[in-house]
Amino acid sequence: MSDKHKPRIGVFVCHCGVNIGGVVNVPAVVEYAKAQPNVAYAEGNLYTCSSEGLYKIKEAIKKYDLDRVVVASCTPRTHEPLFRAACEEANLNKYMFHMANIREQCSWVHAREPEKATEKAKETVKMAIAKAALLEPQTEPEIEVQPSALVIGGGVSGMTAAISLANQGFNVSLVEKNKELGGKLCELYRLYPSDKLSSEVLGEYIQSVRSNPNIKIYTSSTVKRVDGFIGNFEVTLNRKIYTQIYLAQEHEEKLKAGTIVVATGADVFKPDGMHCYGENRNVITQLELEKLMKEGKLGKPKNILMIQCVGAREGKVGGRNYCSRICCTMALKNAMIIKEMLPDSEVSILYRDMQAYGKDFEEQYEKARQNFVQFIRYDDDSPPEVRSGANGKLSVKVHDILVNYTLELDADLIVLSTPLVKSEDAAELSKLLKVPLGADGFFLEAHVKLRPVDFATDGIFLCGTAHGPKTIPESIIQAYAAASRAGIPMALGKVRTEAITARVDETRCTGCGTCVKLCTYSAIRKDEHGVARVNDVLCKGCGVCSASCPEKAIDMRHFSDAQIIAEATSAIGGS
Amino acid sequence: MSKSVLVVGGGIAGIQASLDLANRGTKVYLIEKTPSIGGRMAQLDKTFPTLDCSICILAPKMIECLRHSNISLLTYSEVQHVEGEEGNFTVKILRKPRYVEFSKCTGCGTCMEKCPVKVPNEFDMGLGKRKAIYMPFKQAVPLVATIDAEHCLYFSRKICGVCQKVCPSNAIDYNQKPEEIDLNVASIILATGFDIFDPSAIGEYGYGRFQNVLTSMEFERIICASGPTGGHLVRPSDGKEPRSVVFVQCVGSRNLHGRFPFCSSVCCVYATKESILVKEHSPQTQPYIMYIDMRAVGKGFQEFVDRAREEYGVKYIKAHPGGIAEDPATKNLQIHYEDTKSGEMKKLDADLVVLCPALIPKTENKRLAEEMGIELDDASFFKAKDLLTAPMDTTSAGIYICGYCQGPKDIPESVAQASGAAARAAETIALTTKGRKQ
Repeated sequence: MSDKHKPRIGVFVCHCGVNIGGVVNVPAVVEYAKAQPNVAYAEGNLYTCSSEGLYKIKEAIKKYDLDRVVVASCTPRTHEPLFRAACEEANLNKYMFHMANIREQCSWVHAREPEKATEKAKETVKMAIAKAALLEPQTEPEIEVQPSALVIGGGVSGMTAAISLANQGFNVSLVEKNKELGGKLCELYRLYPSDKLSSEVLGEYIQSVRSNPNIKIYTSSTVKRVDGFIGNFEVTLNRKIYTQIYLAQEHEEKLKAGTIVVATGADVFKPDGMHCYGENRNVITQLELEKLMKEGKLGKPKNILMIQCVGAREGKVGGRNYCSRICCTMALKNAMIIKEMLPDSEVSILYRDMQAYGKDFEEQYEKARQNFVQFIRYDDDSPPEVRSGANGKLSVKVHDILVNYTLELDADLIVLSTPLVKSEDAAELSKLLKVPLGADGFFLEAHVKLRPVDFATDGIFLCGTAHGPKTIPESIIQAYAAASRAGIPMALGKVRTEAITARVDETRCTGCGTCVKLCTYSAIRKDEHGVARVNDVLCKGCGVCSASCPEKAIDMRHFSDAQIIAEATSAIGGS
Repeated sequence: MSKSVLVVGGGIAGIQASLDLANRGTKVYLIEKTPSIGGRMAQLDKTFPTLDCSICILAPKMIECLRHSNISLLTYSEVQHVEGEEGNFTVKILRKPRYVEFSKCTGCGTCMEKCPVKVPNEFDMGLGKRKAIYMPFKQAVPLVATIDAEHCLYFSRKICGVCQKVCPSNAIDYNQKPEEIDLNVASIILATGFDIFDPSAIGEYGYGRFQNVLTSMEFERIICASGPTGGHLVRPSDGKEPRSVVFVQCVGSRNLHGRFPFCSSVCCVYATKESILVKEHSPQTQPYIMYIDMRAVGKGFQEFVDRAREEYGVKYIKAHPGGIAEDPATKNLQIHYEDTKSGEMKKLDADLVVLCPALIPKTENKRLAEEMGIELDDASFFKAKDLLTAPMDTTSAGIYICGYCQGPKDIPESVAQASGAAARAAETIALTTKGRKQ
């Protein structure tokens, strides 16, 4: 290789304040980097990610004619896009950038061994330099994005997302598995914070959805198959068309979508066998109470007891350990409604922590106390005991920690506040869309803090209780958020995808088909000559094909065998 | 009809709303009152429940705002006057003088080194010092110095002038004047965040009198590696590591007879996070959390509390303390409380007490609301048009709200609402330009 083509690598070692600099001897790492082959320039920065640090990268690229950049700092997960963008701004292809993690994988975990941490940081940087020397510029495929969205789920979240996307000017296909739109709104009585009937609110939503020319509604329909990728999803629906009330014809219908919003909601936990539920018909759930009130079938119970956290916050291995967020405020709301309907009734709420978070719920809690709703606080380790005696007479024994006294209470109606649980369809949909579920079976977002309605997969978003328990306004907020996020690629009309894809050496490929079988993303097929062909847009760059190709005919762009071997060889002291 | 959007407030909510809109091709003016965007999230050490380093996940977004060709960043600026209606607002912005030329300053920091005047650093909640010419923190965006004229010797006594002498870029301009800018926007998004209640108003807790009684935001700065103690968990009175730290919930909040009857929504879980950080910094130290109701209602929050209790040994006490006493010699503290569970009056010794104060509406909400012709709710948060179905809409069309300024919420809720407000603004632009607004 002539000098002209010799790589010119710039290395930037970040102190990250004291996060790295307080443990690793950064100047020593910089000096070490300078002595490595192909390194034309190296410096240390207090924060390489600050605007000052990025400016220095750009200046150094120009000043020292750098053709490759290595930053030794934190994780590429959060910071790679930033450094890549800086390289691009200095007219360097962003794939000519590589990152060494000397924080999470070094200074943070070896905080008590600064000398060894410094040595490890040097090695890590050396490895990154070895790989960087072999980096090649890559071009990212650009994809056209269809200006149409698929919204799965016709509850309040799905309808809201559909309305917003339609108002933004996009076509929307709104898919609902039931015969009617509405989801859980169909089962609720009155909605907090308002005095409105759920049916009234639902009517307004359905009216907005139906009257919007950009929305096409598919009721009695489920998603059967999803092919494609951001911008060009090809969706197969299984649609029931009712010819008579009970007679439906099923048929498949195909549609195209640029983006997908998952709004499939949640189910309510049925507490079979708990607190005499299923055994005594006067033990019901909050949702069943809503239904009774809605249908005017509540009757005139005198003593009503509500028990919170039934099947939630179990605090045990493998248990349903999460807080369902909405049960306390649902109990507060229903207690107040009952007090209004039946002024002579006694309503008591047996709770552990009253989750009246925020502004309005706290006010509601206070109002309930003023209206003589009784609050009885039980301890985590002594839950109330419900007994169903002779003639179905109900009683509850509970130790109230606020007065430090064990009470025996008679009840005409016991209402169990049970948590929202994963929707029964979630697991299948997660497979169809190749998006993950969290430990409790709710859909898992891309980043808990900063990407609450994105999936890690491009072009697919989520909102509402499919993500986890939340109130109606919170679901609506997320629905608008998902509509914003889904609107971005559709408004631009195109997106770029990562260039980290598989490439096939046709001269080596024997057409054995191993890769075709193994590819999770159906990105590889055999062409008419029996040679493997990769669809760059579908390929996620996982590398399974490359690792399993018996002829070593598949290499990954940006993670080539040569690059990985150079990195590994450098780690074990070779060159 | 304008197609651009004004976002007021450069915290995480304002940043998210701006990026969502800019990324779809909409022109955004992001206005921030202080010299840097970043807001409260920039001050936090870690975030719950994932213990992500807060500034590490925020900084890339801050820089994206700076670099984005569709975002005009107007820092150290305030909204003065608003006229017009949805689709066509005229907004007068006041750019306060930094006395530093924006285009010349490289953020090298020489001026800050040489400036002789030390001022309590607001970013570190007054625990550390900054100079009269300063950048609020190392990752500030934009990384440009600002002269605090109130404390600068040149402005107060016409002496010094050191910064001008040492600046290698000739960026100092003592004659800079306030500048007014008129913007024409289709829509406005308010994301002004929150203030922190000053707990010295609750005399019995001793804040402001006892050195080792801190607020939770002060604690965040102490535990943060870039903070005034370099991330060493030490107490203010003697610089020693505390052996016990007590977090007190609901300080000023959930107070039915006080000004802030509401629950701030985030304290139970951030105190849990801070307790875990105590254990990670100093495994021998015992953290306690005194609470009324443990409100860990977000995704993964209850599990986080369970983990704090079981894995880290954080002790949770159901109690609302009646008072805190100090031993004047040792500066150690004693908390007097009624144990909710047993009803007994008890005492707990603590080396350090961290108060979790109410997070309250910004005082300037009132002026902004009057200027924009929108309503506030009874607590002075911006009032949503309909709390049930239109939580991002204000009482005036085309003006939207997101984040804590609409009511208590955590980071992911603020981010979601910010994206939601961006969707509403995008709808406004689509519908007003098409002329078929519903």
